[in-house]
Amino acid sequence: MALIDLANPTRFLSFVERAMPWLIAATLFAFAIGLEQALFVAPDDYQQGATVKIMFLHVPSAWLAMFCWGLMTVAALGTLVWRHPLADVAAKAAAPIGAAFTFLCLFTGSMWGRPMWGTYWVWDARLTSVLVMFIMYLGIIALWRTVEDPSDAGRAVAVVTLVGAVDLPIIKFSVDWWNTLHQPASIVRLGGSTIDKSILVPLLATAIAFTLLFVTLHFAAMRNEILRRRVRSMLMLQARAQGG
Amino acid sequence: MSLGPHAAFILAAYAAAIVVVAGLIAWVVADFRAQRRALGDLEAHGVTRRSAAIKEPA
Repeated sequence: MALIDLANPTRFLSFVERAMPWLIAATLFAFAIGLEQALFVAPDDYQQGATVKIMFLHVPSAWLAMFCWGLMTVAALGTLVWRHPLADVAAKAAAPIGAAFTFLCLFTGSMWGRPMWGTYWVWDARLTSVLVMFIMYLGIIALWRTVEDPSDAGRAVAVVTLVGAVDLPIIKFSVDWWNTLHQPASIVRLGGSTIDKSILVPLLATAIAFTLLFVTLHFAAMRNEILRRRVRSMLMLQARAQGG
Repeated sequence: MSLGPHAAFILAAYAAAIVVVAGLIAWVVADFRAQRRALGDLEAHGVTRRSAAIKEPA
C-alpha cells in the first residue's frame, strides 16, 4: 500500500485496524521503560532534588503540545492548498489531544514552579505564550463544534490554525528574546544538550513513550471522526429518503 | 525511592498525568463505541452508504 492510498478513508480505516494493536503494544512497552528510567534510574538533581522527576512529564508534554499544533498546521495546509481528503479529519482529531498535553504541561510546570520558584505562576514570556496556545486550542475545539458542515468547519479552522502557528516560534524563542524566569533551552540547542546523560536518557525515553501515545490516540481519534462523518452522511441519506 | 520534601508536588504532577491520559483513552474508546453503535443502528434500519450501495449487484 502506497502512502497516497491512505488518503482514501476506507483504506485508512483498514490500516488503523491493522496498526492499532502494534501501536498500543509499543506504547505500553515504551512507558514501561520510560517510567522505570524516570522513577527508579534517574538520580536526583543536585539543585532540584527529586522534583526533577516532574520534568519527565513536563518536557514531553510541552514538546507534544507544540508538535500537535505543528501537525494541525500541516493539516491546515492540506485542507486549504492540497484539498487532501483526510487533512481536516487529522486536524479535528488532533485538537483535543493537543489541548490535553498543553494543560498537562501547564499543570506540571506549576507543580515544579511552586517548590523551585516559590510560585505556581509568573507572567513570563514562555508561560504566557503556552497559556495563549492552550486558549487557542480551546477556541479551535469550539469552532469545530460551532460550524455544522465538517468541510466548512475544516476551512475556517484551517485559517485560524495557520494564524495561531505564529505562537510556535514565540514559545520556542521566548526564553531567548525576553528576560524570562523559565530556563533557556537545554536540550534542543546549538552546541548540544547541557543536560547530563543520567537525566537526558530517561527524559528521551519518556518523550518517546508520550509520542507513541500521541500517535496511537491520534490515529484512533481520526478513525472515530471518519466513522462520525459516515454516520452523518447516512443520517442525511435516511432523512432524504423519508422526506422524498 | 524517596521523593524528598516536595513529594506532594511530584505526586500531584504524576496524578494529573494519569488522569489526563486516562481521560484521553476513555474519550477515544467511548467515542468509537458510540459511532459503531450509531452505524449499527442505521444499518439495521436498512440505511447503507452510497459507496456500499453501488457495490451491491443490481
